[in-house]
Amino acid sequence: MTVFTASGRVWQRNWLVYRRLWHRSLAFGFLQPVLFLTAMGIGIGALLTPVSLEAFGGVPYIDWLGPGLLAAMAMQTATFESTYPIMNKIMWGRNYEAMLSTPVGIRSIVYGELAWTAFRIGSLAAIFLVVLTLFGIVRTPLAILAVPFAVLIGTSFAACLIAFTATQKNDVGFSAIFRFVINPLFLFSGTFFPLTNLPEPLRAVAWVTPLFHGVELIRGSIVDQLDPVTAPIHLAYLLVMLGIGVFFAERTLARRMAG
Amino acid sequence: MTTLTQPVSGPGPLAAAWALIWRSRRLVERNIMVYRHQWIIILSGVFEPIIYLVGIGLGLGAIIQEVPLPNGQVVAYAAFVAPALVATAAMNGAVFETIFNVFFKLNYAKTYDGVLATPMGITEIALGELLWALMRAALYAVAMFVIMLFMGLVLSPLGILMIPASLLVAAAFAAAGLAGTSYLRTVNDFDVPMGLIVMPMFLFSGTFFPVESVLPDWLVTVIQLTPLYHGINLIRGLSTGIIGIGQVWDLLYLVVFFAICLWIAMRQMERKLIK
Repeated sequence: MTVFTASGRVWQRNWLVYRRLWHRSLAFGFLQPVLFLTAMGIGIGALLTPVSLEAFGGVPYIDWLGPGLLAAMAMQTATFESTYPIMNKIMWGRNYEAMLSTPVGIRSIVYGELAWTAFRIGSLAAIFLVVLTLFGIVRTPLAILAVPFAVLIGTSFAACLIAFTATQKNDVGFSAIFRFVINPLFLFSGTFFPLTNLPEPLRAVAWVTPLFHGVELIRGSIVDQLDPVTAPIHLAYLLVMLGIGVFFAERTLARRMAG
Repeated sequence: MTTLTQPVSGPGPLAAAWALIWRSRRLVERNIMVYRHQWIIILSGVFEPIIYLVGIGLGLGAIIQEVPLPNGQVVAYAAFVAPALVATAAMNGAVFETIFNVFFKLNYAKTYDGVLATPMGITEIALGELLWALMRAALYAVAMFVIMLFMGLVLSPLGILMIPASLLVAAAFAAAGLAGTSYLRTVNDFDVPMGLIVMPMFLFSGTFFPVESVLPDWLVTVIQLTPLYHGINLIRGLSTGIIGIGQVWDLLYLVVFFAICLWIAMRQMERKLIK
């Protein structure tokens, strides 16, 4: 069995579990953006004057916010799916132990889990895009690119988080990751307000963080402002992050399962 | 001859209540011991409202600047959001503790089965978890209050009352969480209370924008039936110093809500634990 067919089996295992829950998962995948866009987009949008809207490039606040939320959703869902569920398969349910006694290897597990994340984020991003279309935010057919961009964000975070999870002995560290890493990224990556409103040094920090690049790509594709100069940089950043994440995920998981 | 008079009845109701609370402290002690190695979970909860305050309050606040209150007065956006985040922190602390942790103890760790083998009963368990959730919420409330003070966001001396008010909010949600968790069957069911109740309340209770001036009247009426709206309205009234009859209603609502939820929680726990 090649690495890829074995990865397919890992993917298939997740699918068999998910099959009983998919309708609920997709319903929440629809409900969440509707609630967020209504509350934050329309609610906060109502507090903005035409002058203050210039900070958002002249588009209505909800148009500016929606794509940012899509990028953030990809990060948050992928992160969550790569912490507790992966920990479960490592030590609580010990699914990986069982898999490794078959022709499935460490590499296939990592690829299979990332393929699963890609599928999950891809389907959620597609639903999100439908919601954005219903809210009249999508302006160009190019917006379809938001789905692969979201998948890239999701898998990049998932790979890094799998690498981290494999080093953890219990789930205590996950709360810290969510509150000290994911939430700050959620709030300071140009999701809710433009980074031009941050002081200069903080703006430089934002350029180093991953979600910022994801937000720029997705917003660019949805409101038709993809910049041919910066877009490849954003894309390259996330691809490198994915590569590094996979590299470490294979190593930490191999060490963990051998130990 | 004089006869020695013996007290005809046992301890009075106050003493009995105190004895109950005193016995419940054992469960609080147990939780403290468990968290000794997981303090980062509790501490990181302090960080959450702060990051929202800085991100939304200051980041968006630089653009929005001023928000009208229902009485027509305007306040800075950060001063509008901050007291709401005190209320949501109290809600989140209480709900996470009583939904996720109590669910785990109830269904997987079977902690309470062990507790019931001691002189402690259902009432002590419910009170113990409630007290513990309150302690956690108190930490978050005090931390946020201090930060608001430093940032100049407490606009009135009444602001100090935000601390007891947020304890009331936490008590209400801890009781609601205890009542709700007994209805959950598997971990997948968490989506329902979190996604259908907690998250919508977080977004639509006037946390980030004044619902009265933005949303249609019928929706505002629906929102006014939910507990977080009253928690936020009460705490915002205290921090801005703009209070009126509305805050009395908030107080009354939260006390009644707390009492009803606690009653349901006790009944449900009894049903679940004593089969």
